Amino acid sequence: MSNLSDSGRTSRVTVRLIAIQILVFSLLLTLGGRLWYLQIRNGQEYANEAKSNHVQQVIEPATRGSILDARGVPLADNQTRLVVSASRTELLKMKDDGKAVLGRLSKVLGMSEREIRNKVRLCDSKTPQPCWNGSPFQPIPITDEATTQQALQIRERSEDFPGISAEPTAVRRYGAPGKANTAQVLGYLSPVTDEEINKAKDSSSPLLRSDQIGRSGLERTYDSELRGKAHVNRYEVDNLGRVIGQSRSEKGEAGSSVVTSIDARVQGVAEKELDQAMKDARKERDRNTGTNYKADAGAVVVMEAKTGRVVAMASNPSYDPNAWVGGISGKDYAKLTGKNSNYPLLNRAIQGQAAPGSIFKVISTAAAVNAGYEFNGSYPCGSSYTADGQTYKNFESQSHGAISLGRALEVSCDTVFYKLSHDEWRRDGGMKPKPAAKNWFYKTAHQFGLGKETGIDLPNEVTGRVPDRQWKQDFWKANKVGWCEQAKSWPKKKDFGTKLARENCLEGMKLHAYDSINYAIGQGDTLVTPIQMATIYGAISNGGTLYNPTVGKAVISPDGKHIRHIKPQSHGRLPVTEKTLAQMDGALAGVATRGTAAWRFGGWPQKKIPMHAKTGTAEVYGKQTTSWFATYTKDYTIVMTISQGGTGSGASGPAVRKIYNAIYGLNDKGDLDPKAALLPKPQATLPKIEPDGTIVAQPFKPYVAPKPSPSASGSPE
Amino acid sequence: MTTSRMIPRAFSVRRYSPELGTWGKLTARDSVLRKLDWTLLLCCVALSLIGSLLVFSATRNRIELNHGDQYQFFLHHLLNTGIGLALAGCTIWLGHRTLRGAIPILYGMSVVLALLVLTPLGATINGSRSWLAIPGGFSLQPAEFAKITITLGMAMLLASRVDAGDRQHPGHYTVVQALGLAAVPVAVIMLMPDLGSVMVLGAIILGVLLASGASNRWILGLLGTGVIGCLTIWQLGLLDDYQIARFAAFANPSLDPAGVGYNTNQARIAIGGGGLTGSGLFHGSQTTGQFVPEQQTDFIFTVAGEELGFLGAGLIIILLGVVLWRACRIARETTELYGTIVAAGIIAWFAFQSFENIGMTLGIMPVTGLPLPFVSYGGTSMFAVWIAIGLLQSIRVQRPVSASR
Repeated sequence: MSNLSDSGRTSRVTVRLIAIQILVFSLLLTLGGRLWYLQIRNGQEYANEAKSNHVQQVIEPATRGSILDARGVPLADNQTRLVVSASRTELLKMKDDGKAVLGRLSKVLGMSEREIRNKVRLCDSKTPQPCWNGSPFQPIPITDEATTQQALQIRERSEDFPGISAEPTAVRRYGAPGKANTAQVLGYLSPVTDEEINKAKDSSSPLLRSDQIGRSGLERTYDSELRGKAHVNRYEVDNLGRVIGQSRSEKGEAGSSVVTSIDARVQGVAEKELDQAMKDARKERDRNTGTNYKADAGAVVVMEAKTGRVVAMASNPSYDPNAWVGGISGKDYAKLTGKNSNYPLLNRAIQGQAAPGSIFKVISTAAAVNAGYEFNGSYPCGSSYTADGQTYKNFESQSHGAISLGRALEVSCDTVFYKLSHDEWRRDGGMKPKPAAKNWFYKTAHQFGLGKETGIDLPNEVTGRVPDRQWKQDFWKANKVGWCEQAKSWPKKKDFGTKLARENCLEGMKLHAYDSINYAIGQGDTLVTPIQMATIYGAISNGGTLYNPTVGKAVISPDGKHIRHIKPQSHGRLPVTEKTLAQMDGALAGVATRGTAAWRFGGWPQKKIPMHAKTGTAEVYGKQTTSWFATYTKDYTIVMTISQGGTGSGASGPAVRKIYNAIYGLNDKGDLDPKAALLPKPQATLPKIEPDGTIVAQPFKPYVAPKPSPSASGSPE
Repeated sequence: MTTSRMIPRAFSVRRYSPELGTWGKLTARDSVLRKLDWTLLLCCVALSLIGSLLVFSATRNRIELNHGDQYQFFLHHLLNTGIGLALAGCTIWLGHRTLRGAIPILYGMSVVLALLVLTPLGATINGSRSWLAIPGGFSLQPAEFAKITITLGMAMLLASRVDAGDRQHPGHYTVVQALGLAAVPVAVIMLMPDLGSVMVLGAIILGVLLASGASNRWILGLLGTGVIGCLTIWQLGLLDDYQIARFAAFANPSLDPAGVGYNTNQARIAIGGGGLTGSGLFHGSQTTGQFVPEQQTDFIFTVAGEELGFLGAGLIIILLGVVLWRACRIARETTELYGTIVAAGIIAWFAFQSFENIGMTLGIMPVTGLPLPFVSYGGTSMFAVWIAIGLLQSIRVQRPVSASR
């Protein structure tokens, strides 16, 4: 046996045994290597995955803070409703997955068993509504309209209803005290989006899928303060989602309350009067179009002149913000946002922009004085002004001969301002501007804060527009393609549209004489918002400070101990000297006493409460005229506008006067009754805060206008 | 047995010394106890004890399994280990040469048991009908015993002529006989179907043939048949959907993380989450949360990975390595081909089964229902591996003294 080894085996077997051994150990080495790869190399990654696997968050949203008016009356608060909810984890622990419990529950609540089961099921791509869109570890609400009787039945027989809770839960309520629904200012809440959840995931107050978030108005601006901090419970769960232990929890904190400068009573009056003014305007016949005024939209702002605080802000058409509570229905949503809705969600006081018409003349006046023209100089007020062969009518007044700038404001003489602006345009070089062009009229408008946001604490404010040389260039660049395309049909088609397109295509980048002439009286391409004009007229009243309007006045923590005051801030001063300001102030008082607004202020106690006003009626191509009315007293500024509503004093005048009547306690004749006054002085103090943190609301009595006296109606034009 | 005692005694010096007491007998230089491979034995005991703790950790919260008695599986595992040790002891006491005579009976019994699984006595667990319910609430997995009897049966056939000195290597006819002998239980287990066990049996057959010194053509032929067989099964769709799904999940675990890939994914999270030192025994979140299914049996290694970390899980691999190393030594050092073949079959069995079991939890092997030797919970498997250890020990004990130097 030559090839037998010492141990008595053939070499073939020995070789093969060694091969087996090598193979075996390489297998074990492979395992070790892989183990190292998973545990050491990628260990952290898997550890994180394991963590997210087994920790579940249960978030109890904090009670949302209230939004209060200046006297503590809640504009938006929470209503306690009895919410019956089911815990899915508890139900799934039962042998029949909670079927029996839900069956018993359906009898108590008077709902069908299927309806309840549908509410408790989880949403996925295949499940139709209704279904639960939130976390499966969160109690799922079945109804928020349970009666006390039903809630008691459930709570007393808790052994029959394991996993079912009936608890009072806070639901948002927009109370509209005194019919002041303040809809667009308050804003609304709507469910969070995935994006927002992801963004807030690692923040101190994570969002739930079922959470609501402020979408517009104050609810949005002060969302983080109002929302507070959610209470986060973290549970360790097993593979079936059963809770096996408690993990680190974070204490929640109720949301803070926001006290606003809104006075719900004045707000109620403002909303009512705006609506009434628009209704009245619709009965008026428009001589230009031969139809009644459409009065399709309007806005009014009541502002404290010395601080910029907003006392009332109304936008029409409006809506009921409660439509959003508990999720808006598709029908309601279409009503609020559809093409035929006229967009009631828009806050036209800050998001509606239109040509200002004659209320712009205070800016033109200041511009003229800054350009070197004497305020008390004499300027021809003809019935028309002719430039480059074109005639510009004096729309709002007749010929007055040579008058001062103050008188021009009073009687709203267009031709005075036409010439001043045209002269300045020529001095700047006309179509070919000089390098040293001063552009006084445009520069002054910017200095008055036009063309940019006022900085009000409400979201999505629009800027309006100052149609200066730069804007003309930019606008032409953006539109020339369309204009030039339309102009191609010239001269076959000679209608106004084609003519305009041709002109714009060829010369739209230049500031023309007619641009500057129209601009002087707030016509043409100029756009302003009511809040901008309120800021400007407020500044004229307060001596020249342009305040950033504010609605929020203070943020008060739930325990009442921490108060963050929101102080008025200014974004500049009017570019006028004190002297000029005083002269303008006098002229605007003249408007109310002997000028274009005088017929609306018959019997006004001008000595006690000096009234200042400026009317405006802006032409809009293809539409009826926009009514503007800007007024102020020592303490308040009120600006109202009605789109397609007629003349400034005609459409808006009575409404503005009635708001003043309510504020100061006047009747139609101008008799003062201090007891009837809602707010003769702006509310300076915050509402009283009790030691336990509750904010005391002062007794609320909606304003009732004094009976109209028989002889109170105003004189015609 | 008598002969086995006689032979070493013939060379003993103690023959001329006074009779010894019981202790003396046990510790005598030529006693069975001193000849045992203690390293091998202690490693196996250590693995079983680690296993009992891991089983405890995996089952103490699974009320639907332990019916409220959290120690049930822990104690059962210890009991199984004890029975296993006893079985190993019996095997050593009987000696593998004695057993050699009983091989035809043992083989026949294991085939009958396997067949019984296919009758109404069989029970289906996890899609595989490989359990035999026996009275008293117990169940057996006959495939485990088949692993032993195939090894023994093939070794007997292949070694008989060589050990008798007639031939240098087993002849073709003998190889055919041996393969035929293996084919019967393999076919029965295939019918169950218990794919995992069939794979282990394949590994055993390969190991046995390698160690027997059978012609290379047989080895290559067998490997070729295996590959062709796999392809045929795949093509003809003989596998059940769940088996295909497991393979698909192996290839791409993120395919369906909530469904097929769930096991492998969760297993990997558990092991990967363990890091270097693990979360500590009983403190693994994946284990406590029962995210890994079948964790006390097939996925026991995930408990080690998560709670004992790289160090603990690595220790298990090292212990298995030591066991295999000692087994290889025994295979090399024995003079009889029969012993070598038996040892090689056991090596192939342990090595493949351990690699497959740990490999599937690490995501480098497809998921099949195979227990990790000594560590996984399961009586039949535990008994079978301890009997195998008994066989290895008796091979070592009974080798001629001349070879022990």
